[in-house]
Formats: sequence, C-alpha cells, structure tokens
Amino acid sequence: MTDYKHIGKDFVPPDILGKVTGKAKYAEDFRVDGMVFARLYTSPIAHGKVTHIDTSALDTMEGVIGVLTADDVPAVEAPNAAILTNSPAYIGDPILAVAAVDELTAEEAMTRIKVTIEALPFAVDPLDSLIEGGPDAREEGNIFVRSREGSGFRTVKWSQQQVDEFRAGKEPTGEFTDEWSYGDVEGGFANAEVIFEAPFVTTGYAHMSMEARTAMAYWQNGTCYVYGSAQSQSFWMPGLARLLGVEMSKVVLISENTGGGFGSKIGAYPIAALPGYFSKKLGRPVQLRITREQEYYIGSARVGFQGWIKMGFARNGRMTAADVFIIEDIGPNATGGDGSSAGGAVSLVYDPAAMRFRGLPVLTNTTPRGAQRGPGQNQIAAVMAPLMDRAARELHMDPLEIRKINAVNSDTTVYAEQLPVTSAYMTEALEKGADMFDWDTKYNQPRRNGNKVIGVGIGQGYHSAGTKGFDGLIRITPDGKIHLHSGIGNLGTYSYASTTRAAAEVLKCEWEDCVIHHGNTEANLPWSSYQAGSVSTFTHTRANYVAAMDAVDKMKAITAETLGGVADDYDIDGERVFNISSPAQGMTYAAVAARAIQLGGAYSGASYPDDIHEITQRAVQNIAGTGLIGVAKDKLAQEGVIPGLAAAFVEIELDLETGKYDILDYVGIAECGTVMHPQGLAGQMKGGAVWGMGMAGLERHVYDPQNGLPANVGYHQCGIPTYLDVPAVIRTSAVDLPDPQNPFGARGIGEPAMGCSVAALTSAISDALGGHTFGRTPVSRDMIVNHIAGKPQSFKPQQTNNF
Amino acid sequence: MAKDMMTRFELYQPADIAGALELAGKLGPDGWLIAGGQDSLDWFKDRAKRPGAVVDLSRIESMRGIRETDSGLEIGALATVTEIEENTLIKSRYAVLADAASRVASPQIRNVGTIGGNVCQDTRCWYYRSGIDCYRAGGSTCYADTPEGMNREHCLFGADRCVAVSPSDLAPALVVLDASMVIQNKAGERTVSAQDFFIGPDTDIERMTVIEAGEILTAIRIPNTWAGARFYFEKVADRNTWDFALVNVAAAIQVENDIIQDIRIACGGVECVPRRMSVAEDIARGSAKNEETARLAAGSAARGAVPLNYNHFKISLLENLVLRAIRDS
Ligand SMILES: Cc1cc2nc3c(=O)[nH]c(=O)nc-3n(C[C@H](O)[C@H](O)[C@H](O)COP(=O)(O)OP(=O)(O)OC[C@H]3O[C@@H](n4cnc5c(N)ncnc54)[C@H](O)[C@@H]3O)c2cc1C
Ligand code: SF4
Repeated sequence: MTDYKHIGKDFVPPDILGKVTGKAKYAEDFRVDGMVFARLYTSPIAHGKVTHIDTSALDTMEGVIGVLTADDVPAVEAPNAAILTNSPAYIGDPILAVAAVDELTAEEAMTRIKVTIEALPFAVDPLDSLIEGGPDAREEGNIFVRSREGSGFRTVKWSQQQVDEFRAGKEPTGEFTDEWSYGDVEGGFANAEVIFEAPFVTTGYAHMSMEARTAMAYWQNGTCYVYGSAQSQSFWMPGLARLLGVEMSKVVLISENTGGGFGSKIGAYPIAALPGYFSKKLGRPVQLRITREQEYYIGSARVGFQGWIKMGFARNGRMTAADVFIIEDIGPNATGGDGSSAGGAVSLVYDPAAMRFRGLPVLTNTTPRGAQRGPGQNQIAAVMAPLMDRAARELHMDPLEIRKINAVNSDTTVYAEQLPVTSAYMTEALEKGADMFDWDTKYNQPRRNGNKVIGVGIGQGYHSAGTKGFDGLIRITPDGKIHLHSGIGNLGTYSYASTTRAAAEVLKCEWEDCVIHHGNTEANLPWSSYQAGSVSTFTHTRANYVAAMDAVDKMKAITAETLGGVADDYDIDGERVFNISSPAQGMTYAAVAARAIQLGGAYSGASYPDDIHEITQRAVQNIAGTGLIGVAKDKLAQEGVIPGLAAAFVEIELDLETGKYDILDYVGIAECGTVMHPQGLAGQMKGGAVWGMGMAGLERHVYDPQNGLPANVGYHQCGIPTYLDVPAVIRTSAVDLPDPQNPFGARGIGEPAMGCSVAALTSAISDALGGHTFGRTPVSRDMIVNHIAGKPQSFKPQQTNNF
Repeated sequence: MAKDMMTRFELYQPADIAGALELAGKLGPDGWLIAGGQDSLDWFKDRAKRPGAVVDLSRIESMRGIRETDSGLEIGALATVTEIEENTLIKSRYAVLADAASRVASPQIRNVGTIGGNVCQDTRCWYYRSGIDCYRAGGSTCYADTPEGMNREHCLFGADRCVAVSPSDLAPALVVLDASMVIQNKAGERTVSAQDFFIGPDTDIERMTVIEAGEILTAIRIPNTWAGARFYFEKVADRNTWDFALVNVAAAIQVENDIIQDIRIACGGVECVPRRMSVAEDIARGSAKNEETARLAAGSAARGAVPLNYNHFKISLLENLVLRAIRDS
C-alpha cells in the first residue's frame, strides 16, 4: 500500500471547532442592518386553487413591512415547485409570505390574512389515484414522466381488478411508463431451479435535516447576496441565478455550514430565492427561517415504493433472472427517479444474468419528494435482503454464500447498458464483515431462549460514487501558505476539507501550511460537483489532484526559468522545488509564488485554461496576481460505473411477546477504494447504520386519507432512532483496496453506508421470525405483534403512507 | 398551520399556593397552569392552545419535595420525574413508580417535567394536537374514529365520540399504588383517588382529569398499603426512549407462600384513563403466582375491547403485558 502523507490519515477539519463551541454560523445566524423577518403562509389543504387573498387587515398592522404573493415571483409550470403558488398541491405548499420587524409580528399577521382556496380532489396513496375513477393529484394528470425524450403529464388508470391483483401480490398487468431490460429474462426464469414472486412497499419519510432551511438576502449594486442553507456550494449557483432571474455573476452565495441536507438541499430550491424577491420588493434585507413543521412540508422526503419482484435462481445460487415493477410515489412535484435507480441497484448488487425493470411514477398530494441518501438503492436493499435469505433457504444455502456467489466484482457489467465498473470488491467486503461479526458462530447459534429469539442478517448497499469533469483550484502565496479552494458544500461530512488533502498530498506540503477556502462565492471557489450522490470524494480528489499537478508543473517551470535547466531537472519536497541532481539548489514555495507574480501569465492566473467553468474563471480572475495559481479541469481518464459499496451484519434479539427487538451487534464494512479520512469514513458508516435502523423499523410518512393531513411534522412524531434504539457500539471497517480510476484509489461511500444497514436489519428481523418476509419498510412494532399473534395486518395489502 | 411561535400571554409567577389559587380563580378558563412546561409549551408553540394568561407554579416551594408521612409518602406536585426516578424511598418501597418514571419521555424532559404535569398532561391524539376542531377541541367530529382514520395509537376501551388514550406512564403506577391526589381550590382541599382522578370522554370530553378551572393539584399521597409489594412496570413504545407508550402496564402484587393475596394492575394507552384490569385481578387473586395463573388472567385483559381499524395489535400487546406483569413480577 502506498505510504501517503495525508491520504488515509485523520485530521481536524477546520469547521469542527466552531461546531463544538457554537461559533459556527448557519444561515439564520447572520444579521445585517435593516433586516426584516419573513414567515410563510402555507396551504392548509392538500390540493386546491387560491381564488382570493385578502391582506387588507395588514395595512394598518404595526410592524408589518410587506407581503409577497405568487404574483410577485415567476410563475412555474406544474408540476415543478414554485417559490409561491396559487395552486397548492400539498398541505404546507407555500402560498404567501409576510415580512415584519420580527418573526412574532409576521406570524401574528398570518392570522389576519384571509385566503380563499377552492378545494380539489387529492390522493395520498398512489394506488388510490391509479384505480379507475380515483382522484388525480394534479389537474393535468396523475402521472408525470421525466425523460430525455420529453417530459409530460399522463393520466393512467388501472381497473379495479388490476389493482386488486396487484394488492394480492400478483404480477401487475396495468399500464406502466418506464421500461428497460437486458439479457434473456424469459430464458433466465426457464433455467431457474427456484423462482418466487413477492410484493413490497417501502414508505417514504422525511429527510429530517436538523437545520430548518433558512435564507437571507439583500441586493447591493445589482448583485444578490444570499445567505443560504445549501448542501452544495458552487453547484447551487446556476440554479440560484435562474431562480432569481439574474446572471450567475450577479449572485453571491454564503453557506459556510449547513445543518444537514441528505439530498434535500442538493441544488438551489425555490424557497431559497424567496428572500431575494422579497428584498427587491421591500428594498430591505429579508430573512426567511422556515419553521420546524414547515421543514417537514417543504424539506422533502424519500420516494415511496409499491412494487412487485420476481426472481429466479440456479441450483448453485446464481440469480438467473429478475423482473422488477415499481410504482413510485413522486409527491406533487414529480421528483423521483428512485424506481429506475432501484432497478439499477438490483442489476449491480446481485448481478442477475438477465433482468427487466418496469416503472410507473405516480403523483400524490404529499410532501414533495427528493433524493434521500441512496434514493432507490436503499429502498430496494431492504426489499432484497430478506428475499435473498428466502432464496438461500429454498436452496439450502448459507445466506452469506448466496450473496458471495452473486457479488459484484471488477468484471461485472451492470445496468441496461451492461456497463463496466471501475472496480468492485463486494466479496472481500462480505468476507471481512463475516469475519469481524463471526458469522459462522452467530448463524449457527441456538436461536430460541424462552420468549426471546435471535435473528441474524446481512445487508448490502450500493450507490454510484463518483463523477468527473469538475475544476480544481489552488494557490500558493508568497508567505508560503497553500490555499485550497473548495467549491463543495459543507453539510457536515467534512469532504469539502478531506478532498483538498489530495492537493496537499501532491504538493507534499504540511497540513499546517494549508488554508481551506469554502462556503462563500467571494472566497473564489472553483466549479464543483453537487455535494450528493456519494460523489465528492472520487470527483474532488481528482479535481484537487489535477489542480495541484498544474501547480507542481508551474513551480518546476518557474524554478527552471529562474535557476536554469529544464522543469524535469526539478522535483518537490519540504515545500521546496529542488534540483534532483543537486538538492541544495532550489527555491521555496514562497519564493516560487513571489516569482510567479512577477512572471504573470498562467503562473499568476492572469491567463487560464479556456476549458474551465465560468465560475472557476471568475475565481481565478479575482485571485490573479496574488500568488502561484494551480487550476485545471479534471480530464483524467474515466470509464464505466463507479460503485460505492458496503456490507453489514446484524444480530438482534426479538421478544415474541412485545414485538420489540434489541440490536446486539452491528458490523459495517465500507468498500470505497482507498480510505481517505478514517474518522470521516467511520462517521459515515455509523451515521448510515443508524439511519438504516430508522428506516427498517421506525420512520414512515402517515397521511390521513380523509383530509390529506400529515401525522408526522416533528422530530418526535417522525420516529427517528434514539441512542437507546441503536447498539452502543457500531463496529465498522473498510476493504481499503484502491480504485484504478482515481489518482489515490478513492471512491465515495455516503449512501451505501445506510443501504447495507436497512437491508441487514430487515433481514435479521425476518430471520428472527423464521424467515417471514413482511415485504414492507418500516417493519413496525404492530406488524411484528400481529404476525406473531397470527392476526392480519391492519392496513390493506400494498397500502402506503399509513400507520 | 402556524407553528413554532408562541402567542403573547400574561405570565404570573405566584410564590405560594394561596397566590396561585387566587390567580387561578380570577382567571378561570383563561388562565393556564404551567409547572415544567413540557406539555404546555408544545401546545403554545403549535398555537393549538392560546391562553391569554399563564400561571407558573414553579416558584411555590411548598409544592416541591418528597416527604415521608405516617401513612406513607407525600410527593409535591412539582417534584420532577427525575426526582421520582431517583428517590431512594420510592425506589425501595414503591419501585413501580420509580420504574415508570424511568421510562417517561427522555432524560431531558424528565429533568424538567413534574409529576403534577405528567398526570395532568393532555392526550397525544395527533389530530387533536395538530389543532383541528375535533370533539375534544370543542368541535363536532372525531377524525380518528372513522374507517380511514389513522388511529393506531388510539383506544380499545371506553370510546365515547373521542377515542384518545391516557398518555402518562406514571398514571397506571399511581393507580396500582392507590395514590390519592390532593387538590386545592379557594374553598379548601379535597382528595380524590388516582383511580377517580382520571376521567373519560363520557364524563367530560374536553378534560382528562377531575381538576376544574381554578383548582390546583398540590400533592400526591401514596399510602403504606402496597409498600414493599412485588411490582412490575413495562412500557412498549416504538422507541426505547422519547416515545409514548403504545401500551404500558403497572402491577402491584402481594404474595404469600406463592399465593397471590392481593393484586392491582393498570394499563395505559388503551383507554382515555388508566385502565384497571379488574377481571384479571379477580382471576389472579387467591391463585398461585405462576405461568398458568398469569395466562388465565391475561386472557381476560382485552375482554370488551373494541379495536379501531389500525390498533388491534394492542389487544395482543395488552394480553402479553398483563401476562408478564403476573408471571415476571
Ligand atoms: C416529546 C415528549 C415526550 C413525552 N413522552 C412521555 C412519555 O413517554 N411518558 C409520559 O408519561 N409523558 C411523556 N411526556 C409528557 C411529559 O412527561 C409530561 O408532559 C411532563 O411530565 C409534564 O410535566 P410538566 O410539569 O412539564 O407539565 P406542564 O406542561 O407544566 O403541565 C402539563 C399540564 O398539566 C397541568 N398542570 C401542571 N401542573 C399542574 C398542577 N400542579 N395542578 C393542575 N394542573 C397542572 C398544566 O396546566 C398542563 O395542562 C412527553 C412529553 C414530550 C414533550
Ligand atoms: S380521538 Fe378525541 S382527540 Fe382525537 S380526533 Fe377524536 S375527538 Fe379529537
């Protein structure tokens, strides 16, 4: 293994101190002169049309500064989310905002506003909308298909019989809108020794960001300054500018710290632009801090699934074919895509010889959906784990064996297009986990002890974990400081900092001499990828690498130009550029930086490559002449799917009289190439484990079908796991084998870290109950109690968004 | 849908019971008593309740503390749930109450929440809490008790227009200990047994206890009757902390020569009041304390239950908890 100076070593990310002392500033902590506070009036009904707004009572109300309605902001075509709307499509859809001298006055003002809304039919369960005669969540239809060939509304209805059959667990025969396949699916089933079909439901639930999204904005010389709660930094800029209706150069985004996003703050969301419009209208800075309850409305939620799967296995355990059908609950704004991603995950994680995916995205009048940690991959991970166990049982195999036989490796081809992967070591992850967990002993232990029963389970997680083509930017100043400019957002994963260590590694410099710049457009940040989709590590170690390599090349050239010889005569170390044959001869980085300023041109950033993004160009222009600039677009070779993988092992003890279980042991193994930052990785693996435990047993949306009212609009009601619901010790490790398509061998891990957990726990619950598969997440207490008592479940088969 | 922002109210902070009673009497239904505020502040922040005046009891020293008396124990209504959980007298003589306290809410809430507030807290029906105009909120409909209502957490017994349940973990423990609740009003003091303190919708659909406007619960007295008995408390919730009971059970059992001499069992989460398991008690009383008796008694626990659409699991849970209370105490 390569002996790195920074890669694979722990470090203290610079934002930690502020977070533990409370000094870190989040969007709501900023105050500027003349700032006023806005609050939202949101729709009290699930679907309707605003016919009249009467705010006359506010004209004379002390402390009220102004009102912003949908007429003041750009109209948006359905089903996309608007900043404010007159066609609310869920309870909590923002209709207007009031600004006042303080939040209390603004909130009091709400009670004096009269909004008349004409009610329209609504649906909170996709099947209720799909059935003939069922309500449509939007007037334009109940389906919205997004595709490259053209997006649009559709109205799709299934007959009563088709819905009944689907509820009964039969293969759906109703219309669908999305399909892909590879291989000979029919042949695969024909060759199978064991075939079974299973229906499933995974209920959506909130992203649960701790920071309720806030934005504050003001205008200065035609530029809009936005203090936002952003998951990504540079990646927000194009969307934010579009929302505000200005050029990108006329927007400054400040987002130093963000209290979680988990997929709900990836790109600029409409409400972040509201203060910009309000500020323009009032001529004063405006802050909008939404309430905790509103975060559960507009803070987005995981897509729910109602599906059916058929799988075939050969005698040796290989999956010969898979057929997957998924109805996606895409909320009111048609934000989904999880279904097809779930199909992709089946293809990659279990590598069926042939497979087909069919999907149908159905609109509902529930909280808007958004990508949530492993969107699609993690729902299907929970569905698949107990079914893999079932296949193992029917084939008289060990559940570990059947997973190893189907495990993705570096030769596996995946998805409809049967693409290659950059590298994959799932077998190694399973073996490492089994060893740490002591699978053989635990699997073969006596299971029953009075009314307690032991269950063990294995889970596998996957998400693609990298992209390419973004920019890196570093700068060395004449004081010897190395400035690492990071355009990644800071939502708490520390990857904005850990990826810059790739540049420090290339520069062989001391970490103490490095300064990270991030969290503010005016800090001159490069164009960076979305801080989501587990991509940051792979993508930005590459971007930092190419920028640092550019700096190294320039430093050698400058030294050669100054001391004689050619660039190749020189090497770097100890923050010096030195002559290889005469090491005493050389220049410090500080001296090279000073010389770069004198020489100008590309050295000092006066010129720059023309393939870097407009955002990076502006950043370079601003810092040009202050030091030696290393800047480049990542054009390193990259081909195929970049997998982030994880495996988990869980042991539980389930009480047959109460349906409660304790998690006795958890082992999570990351397969993310080279480990960049061990503590950061452990944080992801543990956080992901806890999240998966929540999804497996606790968290779900509940809507009243009579009035569309959501039951969980607070932390307490949402059922996130507490310390006492998770094991005191969560054990984690990593395979730590390098990926060939990253200069340091690194890939991402954020999302699989959770998928393996929800899968392993679902598998363990099923195991404890003698292999019973509920085909549903979460597996709630009442379901377990009813199952043990031999009673039917309370809900209709395939029902969703219910208790 | 306006949340996270309290309305303005007048705050009174009397230093003694007399002062508090005078204020409570004067303010009547417009005044809201607050002790630890753990339930009250939720209502205020959600704007589902908007009192014009709040009487803060927390400065009344005489309502604090846990005292030994000739006939047992007197617990001031302002004693925090943590104090109940940690008090050595309660732990040694009335462990069921300490155990119940240890399962209330979360450590943070227990540190601030009082026993008085705990027994006087309002029901957790999510419809009602969302501020809609159901029966209990003075309206003319129940959203939970309908074929499609999301009523997993609602009642099995005692429905009368409202199907909400008693949320308190301390209440069943106080019922089995035969506690008496000391209530003061301007006219003086009255005591009510814990059993009678809690009321169902058939008595008053807008209240959970007998306390009327102008009255204050000042203390809770626990008689010696059950001191040192065998006890059992168990709570089943979705989570292990920071969660209300789906069903809880408290039991006090006097056993001699393995024969159950006397027994009291009460369950929460199944009715608007803590439900005495009288039939199960009758079956168990005089029988050997063993699995067979426990099963026999548990079989009666859900007799008369009328499950709603999403809560029939509570029947099995209730039976199993009663079984465990007798078998495992
Ligand atoms: C998230 C959460 C979870 C919870 N989980 C649980 C749980 O698992 N189990 C459980 O039992 N409880 C639970 N609770 C409730 C909490 O424990 C109790 O609400 C707490 O003990 C109340 O005490 P308090 O003094 O803070 O109440 P307060 O809010 O001060 O008062 C509650 C009510 O009682 C009235 N009141 C208070 N004191 C008196 C008095 N002396 N005389 C007359 N009326 C009075 C008030 O007017 C008010 O209506 C939870 C609460 C929250 C917010
Ligand atoms: S159960 Fe009671 S509190 Fe709940 S909605 Fe019905 S009437 Fe209201």
